[in-house]
Amino acid sequence: MHGGVPVSAPLHTIEVARAFGPIVEGVAVVSSEGFSPRYDLDRWSGVITKRGHKLEGVNIRDKILFFPTAKGGIAAGWAFFDIKAKGIAPKALVFGVTNPVMVQGAVFANITITEGWSQAPEESIRTGDFVRVNPQAKTIELLRRAEPSP
Amino acid sequence: MLRGERGETVREALELQLEVGKFYGARRFVPITNVHMMGDIEVMGDSGLAHLRRLAQAGGHCEVATTTNARCFDFAHVEQLGQDAGEADKERRLIAHLREMNVITTDTCINYQTLYQPHFGEHVAWGDTGTVIWANSVCGARSNFESGPAAMAAAMTSRVPEYGFHLDEHRKGTFVVQVEAEPEDFAEWGALAKLVGESHQSYFEIPVFTGVKRAPTADELKHLGASLASYGSMAMYHMVGVTPEARTLEAALGGRTPSETMVVTDADIERVFTGYRSEGPCNFVVFSGPQLSLLEMKRLSELFEGRRVHPGTTVFATSSNGVLSAARALGYAQALEAAGVTLLEGVCVYILQNLSRMRERNGWTNMVSNSAKIVNTITAHKFNTILRRTRECVEIACTGVFR
Repeated sequence: MHGGVPVSAPLHTIEVARAFGPIVEGVAVVSSEGFSPRYDLDRWSGVITKRGHKLEGVNIRDKILFFPTAKGGIAAGWAFFDIKAKGIAPKALVFGVTNPVMVQGAVFANITITEGWSQAPEESIRTGDFVRVNPQAKTIELLRRAEPSP
Repeated sequence: MLRGERGETVREALELQLEVGKFYGARRFVPITNVHMMGDIEVMGDSGLAHLRRLAQAGGHCEVATTTNARCFDFAHVEQLGQDAGEADKERRLIAHLREMNVITTDTCINYQTLYQPHFGEHVAWGDTGTVIWANSVCGARSNFESGPAAMAAAMTSRVPEYGFHLDEHRKGTFVVQVEAEPEDFAEWGALAKLVGESHQSYFEIPVFTGVKRAPTADELKHLGASLASYGSMAMYHMVGVTPEARTLEAALGGRTPSETMVVTDADIERVFTGYRSEGPCNFVVFSGPQLSLLEMKRLSELFEGRRVHPGTTVFATSSNGVLSAARALGYAQALEAAGVTLLEGVCVYILQNLSRMRERNGWTNMVSNSAKIVNTITAHKFNTILRRTRECVEIACTGVFR
């Protein structure tokens, strides 16, 4: 049709307040509930196993995870390193509000992590969408929508 | 340090701290005097063990007094609990590496009751959320949540990046909790904290409790803090007239307008208790998370006096070597064992290695406890958890009947 926008231009951009780690792209999983790798996650399978968690049954491997908050535990410090070594780590953790344990753990494991967002992600990003997290630019870009189910 | 003049391990440690400091916009480092770290094989895994081995071989050395948190094995009970001998061996190696690096392996999450009491304004680097919230709130000391690798780094560099609770501006109350309830049992203090923490999940939220009718005991504050940290990810609270930075409500708020005033009544706390349902047999009762103080051990031994744990029911109580040694010298430990309680040393139940399989093998579906913290943390092992008052826990333990 028309020239339109370049294919690489994001459909939408969210700014984040703080960020660490490499630039990563992947499939988004957007949660309305907080997260703890100790309380909620089976650290052998990478599946969220906490009964009644909004993401119960979801595998976090290679995902870009959006959580409003971080919950509890000091254990994340070692847990992220552990799940990375096991090959079941997410590509990035995007938090509304997090705590230092998540940050320390992510830095130690070299997993991208951000905190604070200019707009609640569920307003623009849905689970299954393809996104890019850019810690240098402190942005999260929506690259393409999830494939509609057949 | 960054040039590697103090060795590769120190350089790596400082780089980790620099990145974390940058994330939070820290402007400098502050010296610390004490480190309390979490390091156990259940949470560290093979990769963590390999990391420690590498650090130890490279000459890694803790420069300040460094103690360890509860771990996942009591070596005297490995067989009885059906834990993996191979993993227990890894835990032994892990402990050996820590000792090589000058770590004092105390294996307790109640260091503040048994090992080290920081003074007002003292900067420390503590792991285990329950210890941090105690240091900040009750002692007026200053610590962020320092997870295993971060605490280890602090031990090696003797400093931490200055952000969060090291700074005055992050230590002021953010909202008020008008306590109309009169909590008595530890479980009621924990339930109060659950209500406050669950509805305000944020590391930088600081509740100011006001209206508390009597001076709480150390163990009551322990359960309150551990529960707040667990449900709310919180690292500090104020209690007007009780904690050192809250001589008055105004002082606790430090000129800030509270975002809200939350009222908690006895009826609210009662609703927490009535919200739990039993699923199948009530055959697993736990006194742990945090480990018990000597006073808690004494009280528990009195409640179990002349009684027996119901056949088919398992009761765990955990504490540190120090507390259990004293409890044995005083006869409390023997009294609990005579009643059928299993005493576990240096562990916390929710991090016990192989806990999920232990649950399946023993047919445990419910876990009953007087600790609101463990009622929250153990859920990853698919327990249905039930918070009950201490006396009710003992009653369930001895009758097998949910009430």
